[in-house]
Amino acid sequence: MNSVYLKDEEKAIFALRALYQKYGYMPYKMCKFEEYDLYLKNKDFLISDNIITFTDTDGRLMALKPDVTLSIIKNFNDINGSVKRVYYNENVYRAPKGTENFKEIMQSGLECIGNIDDYTIYEVLMLAAESLNTVSCDYVIDISHLGIVSSIIDEQDLSDEIKKQVMKCIGEKNLSELCAIEKRENIDLSKVKELNATYGSLDKVLPFLNSLSCTKEVTQLIKILTALEKSGYKGKVRIDFSIISDMKYYNGFVFKGFINGIPSSVLSGGQYDRLMKKMKRNEQAIGFAIYLDMLEILDENSQAYDADTVILYDENTDIDAVNEAVKRFSKNGKSVTAQRILPENSRFKQVVKLSKGGAEILENNA
Amino acid sequence: MLNIALPKGRLGENVYSLFEKAGFECPEVTEKSRKLIFENAEKGIRYFWVKPSDVAIYVERGAADIGVAGKDILLEYEPDVYELFDLNIGNCNMAVASIAGFRDNPQKTLRVATKFSNIAKRYYSSIGRDIDIIHLNGSIELAPLLNLSDVIVDIVETGSTLKANNLKVINTIFPISARLIANKSSYKFNDTVINELVSRLAKQQ
Repeated sequence: MNSVYLKDEEKAIFALRALYQKYGYMPYKMCKFEEYDLYLKNKDFLISDNIITFTDTDGRLMALKPDVTLSIIKNFNDINGSVKRVYYNENVYRAPKGTENFKEIMQSGLECIGNIDDYTIYEVLMLAAESLNTVSCDYVIDISHLGIVSSIIDEQDLSDEIKKQVMKCIGEKNLSELCAIEKRENIDLSKVKELNATYGSLDKVLPFLNSLSCTKEVTQLIKILTALEKSGYKGKVRIDFSIISDMKYYNGFVFKGFINGIPSSVLSGGQYDRLMKKMKRNEQAIGFAIYLDMLEILDENSQAYDADTVILYDENTDIDAVNEAVKRFSKNGKSVTAQRILPENSRFKQVVKLSKGGAEILENNA
Repeated sequence: MLNIALPKGRLGENVYSLFEKAGFECPEVTEKSRKLIFENAEKGIRYFWVKPSDVAIYVERGAADIGVAGKDILLEYEPDVYELFDLNIGNCNMAVASIAGFRDNPQKTLRVATKFSNIAKRYYSSIGRDIDIIHLNGSIELAPLLNLSDVIVDIVETGSTLKANNLKVINTIFPISARLIANKSSYKFNDTVINELVSRLAKQQ
């Protein structure tokens, strides 16, 4: 198949499928619908509260999937100590923040469920980086460790409300608000402020990490970042503690991926052992999702021309002549449209008119 | 090229002066013209003026890499952006005000006129007061005078408009000042230059 005809997100789907299968991930196909109850019980885990619901023929309240991870966990059987690796490419339905309508969002991703060790975490982060690399080489994966963030916050005896405010400030890199909380509540947030200001590659962040007491988490973060940098991702993976995910569901590593030119994160993932526990599962889990619908922002070429060539003919032109011209101009993967009149508000690389004398090029905009 | 959205008006002009002093100058900005976008190609910066309440949208959607917005706008719309620095200018308060001598009758639903519906809802929900929000787009002070509302939730700078209309601040909800915000994705690819701006602005305080 000639990939010229594919949109960027379609090319990405093929590339991601090949990538995930190469590392032993199995495709996971699921039903478009799920019982609403599943989402109601785990509402905070979802990116958006809005869910499209309907009553099924048997009276059950169903929902169009707003999320994939919950369905995968629910439908998994016991794993017995190994790691089950799956990938998916599914449409999900939700109303993104700042929009008033539901959208169908094309989402790819992978999940690892089972005995999650350091290698598995490394592999998932490496595949997250490689997933972005299939779209653009100008990408960044920002990684945080919630174990480190929570241990620093827990050093202070803060109420739940203040803790929530502090977490919000870290998520916004909001130093001035942290200072305001410190002053208002008469507490010492100097370590939190240091964490807030920490951002960058491992060597840049290392002095801060070495100053921390939560050694197990710090050692794990350094070990995995070192492995990633050694594998060629230096400069692409960074530590950023402003990557905050709901600690009711997530623990350990959380991360987001960004591509230069796309205004928000296109990849989001993390370890969600707490969600597993909440769903009465004993296994650990880690995964990520990549939002392919956002790639159309990068797809500039698709809008440049409606077709390479428009062939204009009139009522006296023979079908064979039009057909022959279409074949001639569509050689080498070029696109052609045959029209009686030039379509309005359209752009073509060249405009060709068929007459008795043959094909005459009227315009050439290439 | 670093795109910077500035709020139209006096606040924006003051912000530009701070940026200029920080070495992010673009002389065209201060010239009188009908241009909408001003560029300093040599410095790799581009400024544009937008309605103050729209700055956060330009930044969140990535049309601007950074911008300056009031804390009121950030709390009302809660855009998904980084809030990197308090410029400490444009200082004022978000406050509840009403006609002097107003008595809040807790047996009745409180009618609140405001441009900042989300802020008002959050504030009254935090104190457990039942309210009826009346969303207005301007001349908020008129609402209690014409008995359209019991109170207003609005920005109070000097308090002179309130005073001239026999209105009084009942409660201050939070202080407001101008904040430097950044698009989260843009920050990842321009962190060196953005952090340099932040540190130079900090030196001016």
